[in-house]
Amino acid sequence: MEDKKDIMQIIADANKSVTTGIDSADIEHWVQIHIMGRAYKVPAGLTIMQAMEYAGYKFITSAGCRAGFCGACATMYRKKGEYQLQTAMACQTRVEDGMYLVQIPFAPAQEAKYDVTKESYAASTLLEHYPEIARCVACNTCTKACPQDLEVMDYIQDALRGDYASAAERSFDCIMCGLCAIRCPAEITQFNVGMLARRMYGRCGMAEPEQAKKQLAVIAEGKYEEDFKRLLAADLAELQQRYAEREREAD
Amino acid sequence: MKIPYYPGCSLKTTGKNLEVSAIAAAKTLGIEMVEIPKWNCCGTVFSLTEDDLMHHVAPVRNLLRVQEMSGNGSVDTPNKMVTLCSMCFNTMKSAAGRVSRNAEDLVKINSFMNLEEDYKGKVQVLHLLEIIRDMGFDKVKEKVSRPLNGLSVAPYYGCMLLRPADIGIDDPEDPTIGKDLFEALGADVVDNPYKKVCCGAFHTVNDKSLVADLGYEILTRAQKAGGEAITTSCPLCAFNLDNRQKEISAAHPEFKQMPVFYFSQLMALAFGLGEEECMFEGNYVDPRPLLKSKNLL
Repeated sequence: MEDKKDIMQIIADANKSVTTGIDSADIEHWVQIHIMGRAYKVPAGLTIMQAMEYAGYKFITSAGCRAGFCGACATMYRKKGEYQLQTAMACQTRVEDGMYLVQIPFAPAQEAKYDVTKESYAASTLLEHYPEIARCVACNTCTKACPQDLEVMDYIQDALRGDYASAAERSFDCIMCGLCAIRCPAEITQFNVGMLARRMYGRCGMAEPEQAKKQLAVIAEGKYEEDFKRLLAADLAELQQRYAEREREAD
Repeated sequence: MKIPYYPGCSLKTTGKNLEVSAIAAAKTLGIEMVEIPKWNCCGTVFSLTEDDLMHHVAPVRNLLRVQEMSGNGSVDTPNKMVTLCSMCFNTMKSAAGRVSRNAEDLVKINSFMNLEEDYKGKVQVLHLLEIIRDMGFDKVKEKVSRPLNGLSVAPYYGCMLLRPADIGIDDPEDPTIGKDLFEALGADVVDNPYKKVCCGAFHTVNDKSLVADLGYEILTRAQKAGGEAITTSCPLCAFNLDNRQKEISAAHPEFKQMPVFYFSQLMALAFGLGEEECMFEGNYVDPRPLLKSKNLL
């Protein structure tokens, strides 16, 4: 029970707002933002996510890594005096005065059912699973919406002509936030198309890396068997100690 | 001549033999086709309705990339581009014409795209066949090292290369560009009265028998006129006339299958280029036995 409490405390600490413990009288700069149409005064310099928490919102979804990697905190907003509808990750974007915003907690999309080991590495495979890619009118709205600055429209065009290598490379940094799919007038779920392209390219298009082959052989020979057995048998205290003393890269 | 080249999706998949042979044949004639970077779909099924501009964004975006190439010196044919697929040619030229004639449409599309550089409406869309014609078929003749003597071909044009009249590259009723080209290559050219009849186009997806019926007429008419092979410049026509011979044979057991060449494959062959450039293995009905019987392979 005690261990569990520690973990809950760690999570709570990690999720603590950056303004926790700061007296509002000490905050010099303020901006006004509108969350779903309602005005709030929040300290300048906060991210959208921090500002929403400051305003009293509690994220029970639409929040994950808080570091720009998980793609959970998709946001749409307009800035004061600008007509463009902007998209971003709430944990990576700072609030600006006059911002109108809303969180997009989920992009409804069905992933096609396939088994990459059985799919043909042919130009038509992507079209068969996602025929709607043929509806792309090259409007580029998806590219403009991508918080990762990916060339989304270009990888859909790659997919249309069966260029797996280019589609995989161009979509590689996708964090599956779904903003492209929400904005697409052709109702394409780009992130799923990119995923299939990468899976197929990884399986059929790329050369098997020499190092991976060697390493697999080493594992098959049983080099790590003893270490794993020891880890699996270890009690919590030992695991915690080993974790604390582990070799790690510099932060 | 170094000219921006727009391939389109078919030339990267089912029509690879058109692309490979055309690039090689054009090179022999001194035409270097430079693939447009980051080209997107030509638009294919663009709308003809006046208020539907959205479907013209794709072709205009390609035209803008040609304009950028003209500006950065990667080509030496300012504001010109070449296509090979008849469908891409038709769509791109149609969109180019619309925005060059209609300033309001151009402004609206530019404003929608919202890019650093606006499209200025000046790009001319050309088909490789018309570039070759304008160079002069004498120039083609000069490069022929393996004349196609004794090979009887029936040029087929389809619709997208000829119609509507302001887009087509030849007389929409009586085109001769194919005849002139293949005669320059040394072939015997026969006239097929069905040279402009619809191949069935996209019906090939859901009505194979309709396409097989049309193909049967087109091919047997060419045979009656004395043709041993027919030619095309369109990957969709090629698919319908070549690959659908399987369905034609099933419906008409007496039907004798015949090769369907891309115009560029015959050019590559006559220019003495190798099998890698001619890419006959990409054709459904293998044309090599016919060519061997004529001592052309």
